[in-house]
Amino acid sequence: MAVVNIKTPLGKKERRKLRAGDHVRISGTIYTARDAAHKRMMESLEQGLPLPMDFTDEIIYYVGPCPAKPGEIIGSAGPTTSGRMDSYTPELLDRGLGGMIGKGNRSERVINSMMSNDAVYFACVGGAGALLQDCIKSVEIIAYEDLGTEAIRKIEVEDFPAIVVIDTRGNNLYETERKKFANKQWN
Amino acid sequence: MKTIQIKQIIDNVAEMCIEANTFLSEDMIAGLRKAEATEESQNGKEILGTMLNNFEIAKNKNIPICQDTGMVVMFVSFGQDLTIEGGSLEEALQAGVAKGYEEGYLRKSVVSDPFIRTNTNNNTPAVIHYTVVPGDGLKIKILPKGFGSENTSALKMLKPADGMAGVKEFVLKTVETGSPNACAPIVVGVGVGGTMEKAAIMAKEALGRPLGEHNPLEHIEALEDHLLEACNNLGIGPMGLGGTNTVLGVNVEVFPTHIAGLPVAVNITCYVNRHVEREF
Repeated sequence: MAVVNIKTPLGKKERRKLRAGDHVRISGTIYTARDAAHKRMMESLEQGLPLPMDFTDEIIYYVGPCPAKPGEIIGSAGPTTSGRMDSYTPELLDRGLGGMIGKGNRSERVINSMMSNDAVYFACVGGAGALLQDCIKSVEIIAYEDLGTEAIRKIEVEDFPAIVVIDTRGNNLYETERKKFANKQWN
Repeated sequence: MKTIQIKQIIDNVAEMCIEANTFLSEDMIAGLRKAEATEESQNGKEILGTMLNNFEIAKNKNIPICQDTGMVVMFVSFGQDLTIEGGSLEEALQAGVAKGYEEGYLRKSVVSDPFIRTNTNNNTPAVIHYTVVPGDGLKIKILPKGFGSENTSALKMLKPADGMAGVKEFVLKTVETGSPNACAPIVVGVGVGGTMEKAAIMAKEALGRPLGEHNPLEHIEALEDHLLEACNNLGIGPMGLGGTNTVLGVNVEVFPTHIAGLPVAVNITCYVNRHVEREF
């Protein structure tokens, strides 16, 4: 299977080249955020306050890592279910967010917003926390430290394995692949 | 009459929490190997290979398989002639969880109130189910439960007229909706009968049954086989990205129920189906 190497930040031109089904290896800086961090960012926007950072062309990884063991920089760090962030995501896409890494399908509203903002959604293998931890080379908390595992972290990754599951045109692997293997006789 | 010191319980529970999160049981690994060998989707095959590879990395680095080290569920079988010395059993079990999550560098994922949502910072409280049994034994089973899959679980109070067909339909629908988010291939625990909470507890306990082991009742074993085949024909596949391995096992437990009811609970767990048991 062909593998596409991509580097962050990921501009619109590069994002448009990616297709659902592409296997990628991501290198560069990405940012972690999950439920509580998203909720707090939305509260900031409601109050007219700025976000903790500029997300233009950046990628958010939905993860809440384990604590780092002595000698390590981070603990196991696999993806969490992206759907829980669906209600918040379009706000960030409208502010330039270029892509997300997580697991599971997204809502129609998120997919529409991805198409109008040329954003990409990647999935990595859920539960593969130890393997993905291995790809993380540096970690720095940049906001909401009090949220612990849910704080926003800036992380450097090297050859982080993922699959493009929804591309900028709205092609969705969750819809297309299942049909190939469903046995109609049964269902 | 046997006596157990609470320190022994605390230390064992702590070890079990770390063990469960770091090493997957042989039955689950064998199930995933079989899935990898039979998977028809190229993406699916590759994903299953990554999952198996991850178990090796976790074991070698001695770190958790998955960052969601779960909320701890315990099934405690307590002999009525047993004496616990040095403090309360409940407090010892909770202290063991706190110790294990701290010393094992496991993620603390429990919040103190479902609305205020402040992290308790030691992964307690655990949810503990006790059974009192004859004798002086003590058996503790630990299931750290991840919530990606827990969130896809469901319960329904069916009518007796819905029967076997109604149960099949509800299980299949729950798997179809949930498995793409639940880190498939999943294991499905089903509790049928009893009352609302009895069905839910049976569904949870069914997840701890070794993979490949069937319910001894003939008609329930047939139901398990049927559901496994039906689920794997949905096409959802590993991580929901298409394939022929969506479910590794369907474990059904039943209990007598009321003339007016047919409760059915479906508890879903991801392929990192963690369960560790010790007897004292």
